[in-house]
Amino acid sequence: MTEGLTTGNLPDEYQQLIDSVADFARTVVAPVAAQHDEEHSFPYEVVAGMAEMGLFGLPFPEEFGGMDGDYFALCLALEELAKIDQSVAITLEAGVSLGAMPIFRFGNAEQKEEWLPQLTSGEALAAFGLTEPDAGSDAGGTRTRAELAGGDWVINGNKQFITNSGTTISKLVTVTAVTGVDARGKKEISTLLVPTSTPGFTAEPAYNKLGWNASDTHPLSFVDARVPEANLLGERGRGYANFLQILDEGRIAIAALSVGAAQGCVDESVRYAKEREAFGRPIGANQGIAFKIARMEARAHVARTAYYDAAALMLAGKPFKKQASIAKLVGSEAAMDNARDATQIHGGYGFMNDYLVARHYRDSKILEIGEGTTEVQLMLIARDLGL
Amino acid sequence: MKIVVLVKQVPDTWGARRLNLDTGWLDRGGSEAVIDEIDERALEAALAYQDSNDAEVVALTMGPDSAKDMLRKSLAMGADSAVHILDSRLAGADLAWTARVIAAALTKLGYDLVIAGNESTDGRGGVLPALVAEHLGVPLASYLDSVAITADSIAGERSTELGTMSVRAPLPAVISVTERTAEARFPNFKGILRAKKKPVTVWSLDDLGADAAASPVRSVVLATSERPARSAGTQIVDDGTAGVELAEFLAARHLI
Ligand SMILES: Cc1cc2nc3c(=O)[nH]c(=O)nc-3n(C[C@H](O)[C@H](O)[C@H](O)COP(=O)(O)OP(=O)(O)OC[C@H]3O[C@@H](n4cnc5c(N)ncnc54)[C@H](O)[C@@H]3O)c2cc1C
Repeated sequence: MTEGLTTGNLPDEYQQLIDSVADFARTVVAPVAAQHDEEHSFPYEVVAGMAEMGLFGLPFPEEFGGMDGDYFALCLALEELAKIDQSVAITLEAGVSLGAMPIFRFGNAEQKEEWLPQLTSGEALAAFGLTEPDAGSDAGGTRTRAELAGGDWVINGNKQFITNSGTTISKLVTVTAVTGVDARGKKEISTLLVPTSTPGFTAEPAYNKLGWNASDTHPLSFVDARVPEANLLGERGRGYANFLQILDEGRIAIAALSVGAAQGCVDESVRYAKEREAFGRPIGANQGIAFKIARMEARAHVARTAYYDAAALMLAGKPFKKQASIAKLVGSEAAMDNARDATQIHGGYGFMNDYLVARHYRDSKILEIGEGTTEVQLMLIARDLGL
Repeated sequence: MKIVVLVKQVPDTWGARRLNLDTGWLDRGGSEAVIDEIDERALEAALAYQDSNDAEVVALTMGPDSAKDMLRKSLAMGADSAVHILDSRLAGADLAWTARVIAAALTKLGYDLVIAGNESTDGRGGVLPALVAEHLGVPLASYLDSVAITADSIAGERSTELGTMSVRAPLPAVISVTERTAEARFPNFKGILRAKKKPVTVWSLDDLGADAAASPVRSVVLATSERPARSAGTQIVDDGTAGVELAEFLAARHLI
């Protein structure tokens, strides 16, 4: 299915998926987006709708309750959702590519059987806990520890900014923790599955964020939180490496989400530039506005080709690390730049919170920070160039 | 149980809908062609039954070549197969002829239950299901706000100006549903992938027998003109006398 993933000429099934998700975004997400943003409320009804249409199962095989699609299909869905509501899109992105994917990639048969059906159906959400108060870009600086005692892992520490970790359907957090030192005296980092019902685990009160208000983000604390030894995900000591692989893929998904945001800004601006009149004609009749929108369209398009390319490599089983970083870099910058321009085009209305472009203006900044900051992407690209 | 759902391709109500003033026909470039929302609900009624019962669901349409996209969506939503009545001689067919052709196709196809939308969002005739039922000689339960299907009957409620009617009919029957029935599901990716392998049968008038092809009836548009721009209108601010002013306004135009 991955031959010729080019814009404007997608295989039929992908185009139909785009149409279906766009329809959902327009009829189910759009009417409630501003309200959830205003109230900082988690859109349970929208998440249930996404679950019903199988979005949480997109890249997983049917045997685990999935839709038999692939990672590119997930990206296309994220792009469509993000045009309308980035909070909803990140809820899906984090649920699938950070929540369920590590279990699909690294879990053993029992772990997959226990967790995947509820996650791929969207009945439950899993979160991904890597970042800590003192370990973000430098995630190797993890301080959370887990020690084996009496057949249990006993976890102590804190995680910071964890998406999807405190909703009423959040059932699992996958966390990295230091489980010892390796032969060379280096920290050994492993990954553990922590059900949210575990005593000693707490999702602290949600943050008051600049944007992504309808997305659920909490600090997490672990005080002698005990999980069975069998909750080790993947090999002991491979936790950090495994998470980095998940993040490489996740960058393509975040790039797709960013492109949705960038395109959403274009779509709103085109509409507004035709409608809004000043000096006796539509503002879009001025090249100063039309050229701005043309440039926005170009940014969104280029960023889209970048994530299509990274996704095609990934699906073909080829190396895609650099391409994923480039896609994430240019996608997030396109979103931020377009949000700024779209707000300008909307004048004072663009500064009003209930306008979609104002929401994109607040929401887009985090795209340059989460899943590897812009600087981290530049580091990875430079490293690939041997610098 | 074999359920046939009548689906129609219409211009998307979300887009700008225009007539081509030269031909009097719909300007198909003006908005995207989609499956009529009311027919999606008709399909949903069939699929909801199929979710927990043994049923075969067939989507049937009469329309131009482009209608095949809409049939594919019906299949992606969950219909098992589709039938496309496609014949250039049918262009401009009016309600009476359309009903005759669809009835012939239903007879050829076989059915226990036929579900249609109460009226299309473009033509808005609202009588096609009744005409089809008449041709088939089976009961009609139209304008249903709710639908309960059993193995040998259908039941539902219809709102009227005076109250709510509970209607029931034995199968085979034709029913039509309103916007109050359940919202349609969105096609999921598995459904989209599966739809590629589902059969779509294309029938021309010749496949449907002499009756369907005989004495064609078409509507011909003689003239069209742009809708006049809205005038500013009169604003009445209610400071206690609005009722009187309103009555005077209407009386002056001999409307009351
Ligand atoms: C809303 C939200 C949701 C999130 N969801 C999750 C989640 O679900 N799971 C999770 O694990 N994390 C999550 N995060 C955390 C996010 O991934 C981190 O915030 C991000 O990786 C940056 O880490 P930091 O905040 O510690 O910044 P720091 O790493 O402290 O960086 C501060 C600044 O320094 C720059 N910098 C750092 N090192 C270098 C260098 N070597 N060269 C040049 N510049 C450098 C950075 O680019 C940045 O500009 C989320 C964050 C937010 C805000």
